[in-house]
Amino acid sequence: MSKKVVIIGAGHGGIQVVASLREEGFDGEIVLIASEKEMPYQKPPLSKGFLQGKQSEEAILFRAATYYENNNIHLRLGEEVQQIKVSEKRVVTSSGETISFSHLILATGANNRKLVFNGTEAPNILYLRTLNDAQVIAQRLESSQHIAIIGGGFIGLELAALAAEKGKQVTVIEAQTRLMERVLPAVISTTFQQTHEHNGVRICLNSHIEQISNEGIQTKEGFIQADLILAGIGVIPASSLAQEAGIVCENGVVVNEFQQTSVPYIYAIGDCANHYNVFAGKNIRLESVQNAVDQAKVAVNHILEQPQAYRAVPWFWTNQYHLKLQMVGISAGFDEYVLRGEIGSDKFSVYYFKNKQLIAVDSLNRAADHLNARKLITAGISPTKTQIEDLAFNLNDCL
Amino acid sequence: MPTITYIQNDGTAHQVSLPMGATIMEGAVQNDVKGIVAECGGSCMCATCHVYIDEQFLDLLPEMEEEEAEMLEGASAEIKPNSRLGCQVRVSPKLDGIIVRIPEKQ
Repeated sequence: MSKKVVIIGAGHGGIQVVASLREEGFDGEIVLIASEKEMPYQKPPLSKGFLQGKQSEEAILFRAATYYENNNIHLRLGEEVQQIKVSEKRVVTSSGETISFSHLILATGANNRKLVFNGTEAPNILYLRTLNDAQVIAQRLESSQHIAIIGGGFIGLELAALAAEKGKQVTVIEAQTRLMERVLPAVISTTFQQTHEHNGVRICLNSHIEQISNEGIQTKEGFIQADLILAGIGVIPASSLAQEAGIVCENGVVVNEFQQTSVPYIYAIGDCANHYNVFAGKNIRLESVQNAVDQAKVAVNHILEQPQAYRAVPWFWTNQYHLKLQMVGISAGFDEYVLRGEIGSDKFSVYYFKNKQLIAVDSLNRAADHLNARKLITAGISPTKTQIEDLAFNLNDCL
Repeated sequence: MPTITYIQNDGTAHQVSLPMGATIMEGAVQNDVKGIVAECGGSCMCATCHVYIDEQFLDLLPEMEEEEAEMLEGASAEIKPNSRLGCQVRVSPKLDGIIVRIPEKQ
């Protein structure tokens, strides 16, 4: 029987599956099912160029409509998959139709975690995930002056930066002791906090929300006036379809190094996939373009019987004001760090070591360091402290 | 809409009309021109949309910012004086007819 690949989800992972299958010469049927009705588009620019007004809807599309026609991809947009019939190798969609597959790829991503008080979802809060969310937020931003943002992570801070640049009064409310605490060390949190404050953003750390009303947010520390409240407080992997089908799930869909779930012909990739990551040294989920794209390629190679285990170095980025932070590797658990460039400036990189081995590098406005670091970490090469600190030394010479 | 000609490394040429303000990278990826990867989606993050700009159009391009120059250093293929990152060049009427060549690897 010839192969037929069905993909659920049209984010970076799902689209990369489609592209890689055709690039690798796969000539079987491909069906891409997505719950959103829009032509597949990229999500990262929503909290950056799109809401800044620099990138249009058209500019963030993955591909022109003709791409899907020319490559014989069956797009089923605006349709939900309601059930996976595992042993029959079929999915049932919201329109009641069943679609057969030889291989199924779950690229379902994640959903925003919602703020809940006493078991009830807090009202009046907007979250950003989809183009539709972004369009609503864009409108509300125009008509609002006092903006409160719950969550001092990447999304919250990107929104804070672009709102501040539009001249809004912005307050960021964060429960932890510093910004982006989950993923970044204190030196970088401080640089970002100073930049936000310099741009007029009020940052409230260690803050505890007690009540949300139409007028604003009551925290233990005081009242914050707001005519628009946005929140970026993390995500929940979209794994309910898999779970209901009896596929093993635990913090997302559990996959092996070839992205296979507990059902060998069903794969999971991207934000929803809980995988063993060699760079983290444990099972994790990663919410990033890199992870979605690279895992898509791994799944495709496995389907095409040219297996290659997932072993891509993780990288991420965030843009806030003129600050472009590029991260590579997983810095958690580092025991030493070395600086390249000056802290306090807005151009430096932090090199993290664990047991003398370079495990991660965060680069602030130092793009060349980032690209170099991706190669170093992939190759397992650790430059010396002296080499890193010496700005005149070309780290590419270590490769 | 300005027209742009992409020449793939295998010599295949694609002519594409781009909406104003689109980047050279977006035009290539959206229209299935092979050889431009753009794994970061145009954020000047990955240096996988490296192109060579036809000499006669080189002076008409916006100047390269430091960031682009730094990223280019990390590109996989040979860096030439006419190298640019496709995500950092937006088309405008004066670039109508521009020819870009795609390197052998990204």
